[in-house]
Amino acid sequence: MLSWSKHFLVPKYCYRLSEKLLPWLTFVWILSLSYGLIAGLWFAPADYQQGDGFRIIYVHVPAAIMAMAVYSLMAIAAVLSLVFRLKIAALVMSLSAPIGAAFTFLALVTGSLWGKPMWGTWWIWDARLTSVLILFFLYLAFMALRSALPEEKTRDQISAWLLIIGFINIPIIHYSVQWWNTLHQGASLKWDPSIAPSMLYPLLAMILAFALFYALILLQRLQTELLYRERKNPWVKEVIDELS
Amino acid sequence: MNFHEFYTMGGYAPYVWPSFGLAALTFISQWLLTVHKKRRTLERLKTFWDRHES
Amino acid sequence: MNHKQRRKLSLIGFLVLFLGIACTLVLYALRQNISLYYTPSQALVKPLPQSQNLRLGGFVAADSVHMDPRTLALNFQITDYQTAIPVVYHGELPNLFREKQGVVVSGHFDGQGHFIASEILAKHDENYMPKPVKELLDQQGAPHAG
Repeated sequence: MLSWSKHFLVPKYCYRLSEKLLPWLTFVWILSLSYGLIAGLWFAPADYQQGDGFRIIYVHVPAAIMAMAVYSLMAIAAVLSLVFRLKIAALVMSLSAPIGAAFTFLALVTGSLWGKPMWGTWWIWDARLTSVLILFFLYLAFMALRSALPEEKTRDQISAWLLIIGFINIPIIHYSVQWWNTLHQGASLKWDPSIAPSMLYPLLAMILAFALFYALILLQRLQTELLYRERKNPWVKEVIDELS
Repeated sequence: MNFHEFYTMGGYAPYVWPSFGLAALTFISQWLLTVHKKRRTLERLKTFWDRHES
Repeated sequence: MNHKQRRKLSLIGFLVLFLGIACTLVLYALRQNISLYYTPSQALVKPLPQSQNLRLGGFVAADSVHMDPRTLALNFQITDYQTAIPVVYHGELPNLFREKQGVVVSGHFDGQGHFIASEILAKHDENYMPKPVKELLDQQGAPHAG
């Protein structure tokens, strides 16, 4: 545990570990994405009620899951950054925000594109849709707050508190469809999934593909940031020499 | 599924294809932004170290 | 973990706990407003003001849908399998509207027990399955999921 965490906390090892991980992650990402897309768009049978319109699930559900997962990860990073003053945690927190916001936006728009033909409306102010919209605004508030604070230390601290306070929204999103009457349906993905296996496997592949994509983006942004911050360190020169 | 069903999506094409299109746009833009910034940073650091050595 | 770190961690813990309790109380107090619709039973038990706009959610009762040939109004019963309320509607229907389907209708009561709907939305459930599986389930007489 100690040696593993050492690898991720020291900038040099963090960079090198990411470098080793990236090709493997890219490989599995391409595999899961191509299986998910081909099986989801072509081989999966049409739904008995929604016909081929149900295929929107293959982008909507992974995007929604990642919107919440990225936020949760950022909140954990915020706690680590506040309590232990981990530099890497503050970086994970700030570098995750744009892609988290992009996933949330994607979930909202694809949900709307599904809602129009199925429900009969693009949007409704029910508890699930409203709480996800709040999540999107939380991402935007986090980024706006950070860009408004010039000094790095206060920026990391204040934005970390915002993330922790906003985390209360995550269980609300998750349980909104159980606590209140909503137009949005309950979860299809659970231990006993209420989605047929032929439709489920492409969905799981797409969720994996979205998660891996987030990892790929985060690791590369982390690498860029570490290189720049450590630019005067000899290990950065080693990296540059290897590349040229 | 045949080719005609595929691109009409059984009548749901105006909803299904924009969904996947926006997802592709999200992936591609995030990827390009990230890779572009990494490449530019490496170039800048290279000039930085070249000047440092000479 | 040193003293300072422990203090900060417990501060975060208390903040989350406090916020959690505060949010729970607020959301519990506002639950009627947050819920999108009343079930037919709720709507009849509560003395709801007539002519006030509200939403009802339930299922379209089996064999209850018919079109009035004179006024071209759509009539059906909305039910939660305990109470049924007759609904009258003019206008467009979503693709998924059919008997036994979950729906959310917005409108108002006309004072004689009829609900005059101005909008009908279909409520989809969490069940996704291909047609052959659905037909098999129906043959075996599985309870209707929708």
